[in-house]
Amino acid sequence: MIETASPPRTAATPLVVQRRRSIAANLHAAFSIAAYVFLYAPILILVLFSFTTDAFGARLTGFTFNWYAQLLDDKRLVSATLNTLQVGIVSTIVSTALGTTMALAMERFRFRGRTGVDALLYLPVVIPEIVMALSLLAFFAFAFQILEGLFNISLRNGLATVIISHIAFSISFVVIVVRASLQGFDRRLEEAAQDLGANEWQTFWRVTFPIILPGIIGGALLAFTISLDDFVISFFTGPGVNLLPIEVYSQVKRSITPKINAISTLMLLVSMTLVLLSQAVQRKR
Amino acid sequence: MAIQSAPLNEPNRELERSLQRKQRTQLGGLLGPGLFWLIAFFALPLAVIVIYSFMTPGSTGRPELPFTLSNYGRLFTEKLFVNAYIRSLWMGFVTTLLCLLIGYPLALFVIQAPPRWRTVLLFLVLIPFWTNFLVRTYAWMVILQNNGLLNDLINWLGFPRQTLLNTDGAVLTGLIYGQLPFMVLPLYASIERFDFTLMEAASDLGADKRQAFLRIMLPLTMPGVAAGSVLVFIPTVGQFVVSDLLGGAKVDLLGNLLQRLFQRSNPPNWPLGSAMALIFMLVLTVGVIFYFRNTTEQNR
Repeated sequence: MIETASPPRTAATPLVVQRRRSIAANLHAAFSIAAYVFLYAPILILVLFSFTTDAFGARLTGFTFNWYAQLLDDKRLVSATLNTLQVGIVSTIVSTALGTTMALAMERFRFRGRTGVDALLYLPVVIPEIVMALSLLAFFAFAFQILEGLFNISLRNGLATVIISHIAFSISFVVIVVRASLQGFDRRLEEAAQDLGANEWQTFWRVTFPIILPGIIGGALLAFTISLDDFVISFFTGPGVNLLPIEVYSQVKRSITPKINAISTLMLLVSMTLVLLSQAVQRKR
Repeated sequence: MAIQSAPLNEPNRELERSLQRKQRTQLGGLLGPGLFWLIAFFALPLAVIVIYSFMTPGSTGRPELPFTLSNYGRLFTEKLFVNAYIRSLWMGFVTTLLCLLIGYPLALFVIQAPPRWRTVLLFLVLIPFWTNFLVRTYAWMVILQNNGLLNDLINWLGFPRQTLLNTDGAVLTGLIYGQLPFMVLPLYASIERFDFTLMEAASDLGADKRQAFLRIMLPLTMPGVAAGSVLVFIPTVGQFVVSDLLGGAKVDLLGNLLQRLFQRSNPPNWPLGSAMALIFMLVLTVGVIFYFRNTTEQNR
């Protein structure tokens, strides 16, 4: 880009400088391609090794779909997948609803304490994940102790605590995405709708909502991905709960097998589908 | 005029008040539920560990009365903890620096590519950003294991097999691999806004390429460098999955120590863990504020 921007000057530049520049450009390109190889080689190798016949998953000895078939026989893995989907769907619906309304409030209203709410919204994104996970672990233990002492209700960590925590973590991300889509919003469209006799409720559902819908879907997809991929928060807030990343983690700790390569490949596939979806939605905008 | 407007003002004020009331209910309805969730399940838990950090560990590791400062005292005097802090900050620093050294040229490459390619190249950086972190870390276990691909290559070249897994190098590789996209994306955003004709202006005024880069381009893209560094540094220091899987039990980061204090060690020690988590957060926050202030001042 630097070179193409100034074509007339190249003629005057000495040949040696020109050659040195192109060497630098080539080096730059080679370096960048190497960086892409670094980013993708491990993923490709993992996919490749999910089809190997080698029982240790370390060598390519032949091609088989066997490991994928075995996944369905692993009852723990199947129930972990179902649990993970359940957590993902519930937490996405709730965090998208809460995040969207909060984004509307933050963009449309000026009120006292707005800066404070803003800070509270950005903190979960910036704070180290493990600190949030540990604080939730401590909080649930504390809350359960109080409930037991006061009402004699004994509660334990489970799917519910994981879902609650995932929602707390995802709201901020939804708010950020939805607010971005509200910032380019032409409010004259709403005024026009109201001039034509629509009430506020109609204006929102017929004008505002359809326009910010891509933003809401984008936020929801991000929340869903975060929930599916999350390991740290689930690991601490739901000890003993069978979730996919936790099950994979505990299997990996025992040994490396082609079966784990297979489930990992499927997880990669889901992630990539979600990115493509979110990109498609954003492009529509 | 004042006399005329007085009677008019009366009903207006009433209308205004009812409008205000309506707006307040609207705001409450929109903001309330989300705000409640964040206060109950984010702010309150943080308050709980603040309280825990001043309590005494009981026999099961759970916090008990009386209140004490000794947890903080231990953190600053015992070698195990001081070393973990220093080590984690050091690993975070090295990871951030290497991500910057790889990420900056990469972001620049994407921006200088022909427009048709640019979208694809950026998208290729984006995919790992959305991909499961655990799976991406696991991929390196497959590659680095004793009878893995890399060792096969080393062996084929005529060298003896090496222990690659459970080393500092493995952890560093995993950390850089996991965090690189977080560096590239903010850098891309900030280099994209950079006016490249300034580089020509610099060279017209006699600056060579390196001078132009160091004195024009780098300072002007500092916000991207700062944002990327923070996004890489914070998760790295708090990491425990990468160091656990690729470093075995040998390479300890703060995250691993925290996990053990809350879950594994015999007995666990929640108050000490809480104090450690808080100090960690405090150090990071102060560091981040300081960093942002410095880099944006340079920008002005």
